[in-house]
Amino acid sequence: MSTVLIVGATSAIAHETAKIYAKAGASLFLVARDADKLATVAADLRVRGAIRTETYALDLADIAAHPAMLRATTDAYGTLDAALIAYGTLGDQAACEASVDETVREWTTNATSVIALLTLLANQFAAQKRGTIAVIGSVAGDRGRKSNYVYGAAKGAVEIFLSGLRGRLLASGVAVVTIKPGFVDTPMTAGVPKNFLFAKPEAVARDIHAAMETGKDTIYTPGFWRWIMRIIRAVPEPIFKKLSI
Amino acid sequence: MPVNTSAYRSWGRYPDAPPADAIPVRWRDNLPALDRPDTTMLPYGYGRSYGDSCLNEGGTLLDTRPLNRFLAFDDVAGVLRCEAGVSLAEILAVIVPRGWFLPVSPGTKFVSVAGAIANDIHGKNHHDAGTFGCHVTQFELVRSDGTRRICSPDTDADLFRATIGGLGLTGLITWAEFRLKPIANAYIAEELIRFESLDEFLALTAESDADYEYTVSWADCLGAGAGIVRGQFMRGNHDTFKARAAYPPKTGGSVRFPLDIPGSLINRKTVRAFNTLYYWRQLPKRIVRVVPYGPFFYPLDAILEWNRGYGPQGFFQYQLVVPLTDRNAAIKEVFRRIRAAGEGSPVVVLKTFGTRQSPGLMSFPAPGITLAMDFANHGAKTLDLLESLDAVCRDAGGRVYPAKDARMSAASFQAYFPQWREFAAYVDPHFSSSFWRRVTANAGEGAA
Repeated sequence: MSTVLIVGATSAIAHETAKIYAKAGASLFLVARDADKLATVAADLRVRGAIRTETYALDLADIAAHPAMLRATTDAYGTLDAALIAYGTLGDQAACEASVDETVREWTTNATSVIALLTLLANQFAAQKRGTIAVIGSVAGDRGRKSNYVYGAAKGAVEIFLSGLRGRLLASGVAVVTIKPGFVDTPMTAGVPKNFLFAKPEAVARDIHAAMETGKDTIYTPGFWRWIMRIIRAVPEPIFKKLSI
Repeated sequence: MPVNTSAYRSWGRYPDAPPADAIPVRWRDNLPALDRPDTTMLPYGYGRSYGDSCLNEGGTLLDTRPLNRFLAFDDVAGVLRCEAGVSLAEILAVIVPRGWFLPVSPGTKFVSVAGAIANDIHGKNHHDAGTFGCHVTQFELVRSDGTRRICSPDTDADLFRATIGGLGLTGLITWAEFRLKPIANAYIAEELIRFESLDEFLALTAESDADYEYTVSWADCLGAGAGIVRGQFMRGNHDTFKARAAYPPKTGGSVRFPLDIPGSLINRKTVRAFNTLYYWRQLPKRIVRVVPYGPFFYPLDAILEWNRGYGPQGFFQYQLVVPLTDRNAAIKEVFRRIRAAGEGSPVVVLKTFGTRQSPGLMSFPAPGITLAMDFANHGAKTLDLLESLDAVCRDAGGRVYPAKDARMSAASFQAYFPQWREFAAYVDPHFSSSFWRRVTANAGEGAA
């Protein structure tokens, strides 16, 4: 049975994806900031069939603490079959515009710390010559919009990093999966009025699991976002800059 | 945070009584303040209560659906502990492959565990197993004063009794633990028997209750003549063939009711046609077969949002229980009045409740015959009919099920549940519901 590292395991999308692995009898290594929430998620996954769960409470913005966490995964399970990086914050764009600190904090969480963690994970997976590294990005990373370009730029940076990493790890037999969810009905979007574009985290999780198992390069979930984003990317900049989106 | 409060409806889609606010409850250790002076609280799960017992017009709903995690499963002893918002559907998905089943199953699996407790739900095995509350070992109840009570038959036993069947009014259940029952596989050995009269139904019940764990009947009260009702008696037991466990039934296969239609699909003509078709789907007098548990327990779950078939004005569900008597005059009178009014529903469910006592102070089931049916909302005409059924029920010493009610009078409620004043002492001072305000409206008059 497989061993899977899930970073940001208390997020709704990550937890739903972990449920699918748990049902298949995986062993899970769960990382998130809040130890109590982690314990709750771990107990849930054990009931749902996980052979074993390990938890590790960590603020991912603390880049210096990443190596110790990865050593703990090795101590627990030896090698990892897959890693899913699923943490992030949907910051307040207006607050970012008003504050350098806020912008840098958003950037550190969503871009710098992810890239730092990926640097270590890439070497670990390259050495074992197998496995899947998956990262949850966002359709927001496809083009900078005035309503959330700080978040979008961070997600876009990670996507470009993953694109290069995918090429590098190809020869090692390691799959690198970029996952771009559209709008998902989760606590992160609790303040947003919902419409038909919002997907359930369970449905997004099924897509993520399938992409990880088959080693896809990039997926949009739900799939129709591929077409929406193709149109959004095709709008010429002189027009795009005037759009209120 | 802006929340779409108009999405908080009950299953009957009547009344339209939106809350002023709805707060998703995501983590047990990080609850919203429950003692706000400006509003009242009511827990809300999947909105499967039919009337207004899950609604709190102008107040606040605590949406417990994000509390959907399992906490512990002892699959040797068969004891499950989970958070309040876990649905029975999710529980079945986890426990059935490991040889366990719900101690009591309602007619839909899309209800939360806390809702099952708050309404002290019953099922086809009431004559044998009692209500869901009979199998609850403990739960945590958070009161608006911030105290967290572990309620069980031994600790905070009064709150335990008040909360089972307490309609969410005694506080917020955050997790619950209950006993499961062992099964050999996921199938039910069922038997379908056509009956032509109420007497035949009662004879089948008497003959079956000892040997069959599950019994229920579908009944047609429009097409029968002197026999009062005709219909199909269903009885079943969990299949015991161990080798069949290797064949899990296919899951899924549901369709969603596609649209909100103007008016209603359910009227006298369609009901009569449906009932006739349903009655004659079974040509032989008796059918014996083995079926997956899903269609046996939850036939309507195959059509998601079937309640939309009644159109935007919604519908009423009416469930009463009256004691069995020599002549059963009350239940016959109920059928007579329904037929005379020309109202009726495609889903009329008939069953006898057993004598097993629930710990719940306000639990609905009582020994006797229970009847549940839908009525399209035709305004005053429908309300008058239901009130006239209440008159029969009151005289017979019966009860109407609050979880399915949107219209019973305060006088009826207080006659059905004379213990309501004792219960009121356990209602959390910051909790309320549209239902509770309605049925206690004349509390000062001492109608009890």
